[in-house]
Amino acid sequence: MSIFDIIGPIMIGPSSSHTAGAVRIGLAARAIIGGDLSGAVITLHGSFAETYHGHGTDTALVAGLLGMKPDDERIPDALQIAWEKGLKIQFQTGDLGDTHPNSVQLELISPDGTKRCIKGASIGGGDIIITGIDQFQVDFTGKNHALIISYRDQPGMIAKITALLATENVNIAAMRVSRTAKHFEALAVIELDQPVPEKVITRIEQAPDVGTLIVLPQTLLGEDV
Amino acid sequence: MTIGELARKIESEKTGLSISELNEKMERRLKVMRASVARGLQGINSKSGLIGENALKMLQAKAEGVLIGNEPLNSAIAYALAVSEVNAAMGRIVAAPTAGSCGILPGVLLSVAETLNTNDSLIIEALFSAGATGEIIARSSTLAGAAAGCQAECGAAAAMAASAATELAKGTPNQSANALAFAFKGLLGLVCDPVAGLVEVPCVKRNAICVGVALAAANMALAGIESVIPPDEVIETMALIGREMPASLKETALGGLAATPTGKRLAAQLMYMK
Repeated sequence: MSIFDIIGPIMIGPSSSHTAGAVRIGLAARAIIGGDLSGAVITLHGSFAETYHGHGTDTALVAGLLGMKPDDERIPDALQIAWEKGLKIQFQTGDLGDTHPNSVQLELISPDGTKRCIKGASIGGGDIIITGIDQFQVDFTGKNHALIISYRDQPGMIAKITALLATENVNIAAMRVSRTAKHFEALAVIELDQPVPEKVITRIEQAPDVGTLIVLPQTLLGEDV
Repeated sequence: MTIGELARKIESEKTGLSISELNEKMERRLKVMRASVARGLQGINSKSGLIGENALKMLQAKAEGVLIGNEPLNSAIAYALAVSEVNAAMGRIVAAPTAGSCGILPGVLLSVAETLNTNDSLIIEALFSAGATGEIIARSSTLAGAAAGCQAECGAAAAMAASAATELAKGTPNQSANALAFAFKGLLGLVCDPVAGLVEVPCVKRNAICVGVALAAANMALAGIESVIPPDEVIETMALIGREMPASLKETALGGLAATPTGKRLAAQLMYMK
């Protein structure tokens, strides 16, 4: 915990969990799909489902998807801005199962047709966790530099990736690996203390059986995280 | 060494940021606090329309001379209303420690600093002091209304403000700790019962009321009065009371003022408008 978690964040009101946290879930989802969207189906769960309109949670999620940070004064107008950009956004409430009461699922489609399904929770004070990417369970805060790597499950993959990070003295803060089934598609989320140099990113991308690689910067969720 | 200086030193050791980098970061927060006060004093209405322009009313009444007493209390009330109203209008604020309680710390510190003619570097130090107090409360108790009611949000903010205001007035760290205890003791058991689940009624006025509690606590501490129950035990008690508090009074909008005939009518009206 930092003093700036207590005196902060600088944010658009009215609620750190229902507004600032929601913007950050949107920002993380935008980074994971790789930028602009053409459409989204947003499913709100639990307390998010009960109070999303009054707290501006719907507006805040869309603001994040548009790339606004939690202190952006355009946040109240995000739904209008999205509409002007031609984004098709649908809100619904639903049961996402045994999960945090402030949870949301974002089914996103990008202009090139890429689809991603991202789940996240706003856990208080504007802090979030991303809990799901497509069929994979994940668990990261977005506060650290991070790599999200998809690859084909087989012995030695993690060793290869971590060795490449070690060559440039990039330290791993946390890591979670999950897979659909033995030798099938797998996903690693690696949180790091330092940014990853471009040449290491290229070498990981070029490694055999690595699929996509997403780089999340430490400033993803706003400057004052 | 003051609590603020110590807190900043520890933050520097934890993060690797220099003292001047930390000061800059806190100064940005101070600027946003001041901007939200200025915006709110012009008169602003909440998103739902349930509340608004109360800060402006306070400012006008102060100018007309119809209020009881003097500074810093009346400015503190106006500033707290201003920041809370900006929050309810989806404007830019600094959560301190939460968005729902964001009016109390700027209300108290900015009005006290004006009264004492304090320079900004000391206000920044006082914000570090308030942050450290909040961190202690978060670690040994909670800052979430959903976990322990409004005592954890406005109660904690008042305790942080009381302690930091004592420091601004050149009180000792021990006096700051006593101020924290006094403010908390006045607000233990405070429930979170927002009408229609919005951070508007009673939140905005509760922020303003809490500046009075914080200033009373700071002045008692500066007078050398000591808390019989030690500050640490007071903080732990807040969490215990929070656990015994029914869910209807912890941010669910099912009890308290939210469940009054007027509260229910307003909630139904807003639901219909949506």
